[in-house]
Amino acid sequence: MTKLTDKTALVTGASRGIGAAIAKRLAADGARVAITYTKGADAAAQVVKEIETAGGKAIAIQADAADAKAVIAAVDKTVKTFGGLDILVNNAGTAIPKPFVEATLEEMDRVIDINLRGVFIATQAALRHLKDGGRVINIGSSVGERNMTPGLAAYSATKGAVKMFTQGLSREVGSRGITVNTVQPGPIDTDLNPVAGDWATPQIANTALKRYGRVEDVAALVAFVASPEASYITGTSLTVDGGTNA
Amino acid sequence: MTNLSGKTALVTGASRGIGRASALALARAGAQVLVHYSSSPGQAESVVADIREFGGRAEALKADMAAVDGAHQLARQVEAIVGSRLDVLVANAGISNYAAIENTSIEDFDRLFAVNVRAPFFLVQQLLPILGEGSSVIFLSSLAAHAAVGTLSAYAATKGAIDTLVKHFATELGPRGIRVNAVAPGVVETDMSSFAKTEQGRAATLGLQALKRVAGPDDIAGAIAFLASDAARWVTGDTLRVDGGSKL
Repeated sequence: MTKLTDKTALVTGASRGIGAAIAKRLAADGARVAITYTKGADAAAQVVKEIETAGGKAIAIQADAADAKAVIAAVDKTVKTFGGLDILVNNAGTAIPKPFVEATLEEMDRVIDINLRGVFIATQAALRHLKDGGRVINIGSSVGERNMTPGLAAYSATKGAVKMFTQGLSREVGSRGITVNTVQPGPIDTDLNPVAGDWATPQIANTALKRYGRVEDVAALVAFVASPEASYITGTSLTVDGGTNA
Repeated sequence: MTNLSGKTALVTGASRGIGRASALALARAGAQVLVHYSSSPGQAESVVADIREFGGRAEALKADMAAVDGAHQLARQVEAIVGSRLDVLVANAGISNYAAIENTSIEDFDRLFAVNVRAPFFLVQQLLPILGEGSSVIFLSSLAAHAAVGTLSAYAATKGAIDTLVKHFATELGPRGIRVNAVAPGVVETDMSSFAKTEQGRAATLGLQALKRVAGPDDIAGAIAFLASDAARWVTGDTLRVDGGSKL
């Protein structure tokens, strides 16, 4: 018996990177896990396979976070497949790093649609099913609170918005024991922000621990917030940024 | 699960309340726990006995955190027991003073800063030789540091100082692999906090909150055990609110 036995989790954008690590970790803690993906069908299938090989239960559902119908259908399919929903992890996100003055309207809309509108849609759909004592865990960013990185103005604005959404929503669902929190990663080694990339050096310099984080580091914090031990933590932002924002 | 097997931990102010719950949580996760107390040997020994009863390792240590050299004395006692390695420091010992501005004396003010700020600062300083790569320091902040709740201005200022120390300590000690964080409880039912024990206080507490229940020490201890563990290895410089969504 592990701490998430008999719980069902939906993790958006989980074919790779932080999302994939969260899905695997929640499954390792005993949860049945549904993951969504946009294009990475093979990668998503691989995540499901890894969870199943380890003795867990998982399904992958194609749903672009910007596509409201697809997101709502993904929530419904999760509930139908596993008989309920306890944990929603709004992980799907995108960044289009560039000087803001050069950003096109399409790029602005894409960042808002996935990082903010997508969170609204998935959360509202999930709340219709979420059990008492459930969890909404939004993956924000350390730049949603303090941004020292040029090129991320629009991205950081959406993550700041998620932080306030978290606060506001926690008030509306607290009486059901549902907690709503934001986990704010700092620089984490992923395909989107590789430790080997040009952007890494200043980001490492900004951390207290003088290294990049790993996707497992973020998954560990999400697993804690999902666990019964964190049942009194709500409406807040938890950073996992190696001291970047300290 | 939180795993602290083979780790050594010091919890100050561990004879009761949040300190007691934290000592028990760390011990259940496998750590050897040094149970510090200042004035309640009987209660500290009962925490030690509880830990030993489930097969854990613990010892009680006495030191006066209001004394100028209290932290120094405690650090020497800790070194004598754990030798060269302390993995977890929970600087929990603290005092509060529920008093209006007019009613706060210089003695009260100085004592609050001595116990709540000076002692944790010098405890970390004095323990630095035995803290190292992978060690975790956890301070106790408070909801009162972020929002005006209750008539607690001097106490709240000590906790504001803690939040500042968290950021600076984390940045200064990060290159050594030492993590520094705080937890900020809201209103918790303990001996120190009588706020939620009156009808009015209870109503006020619930009015602040998203989750609509008064916390017990165990609600806070879980977060402390998490921050102590390697699961939180990338979390540093943060004050984690554990307050049921109070005064967001």
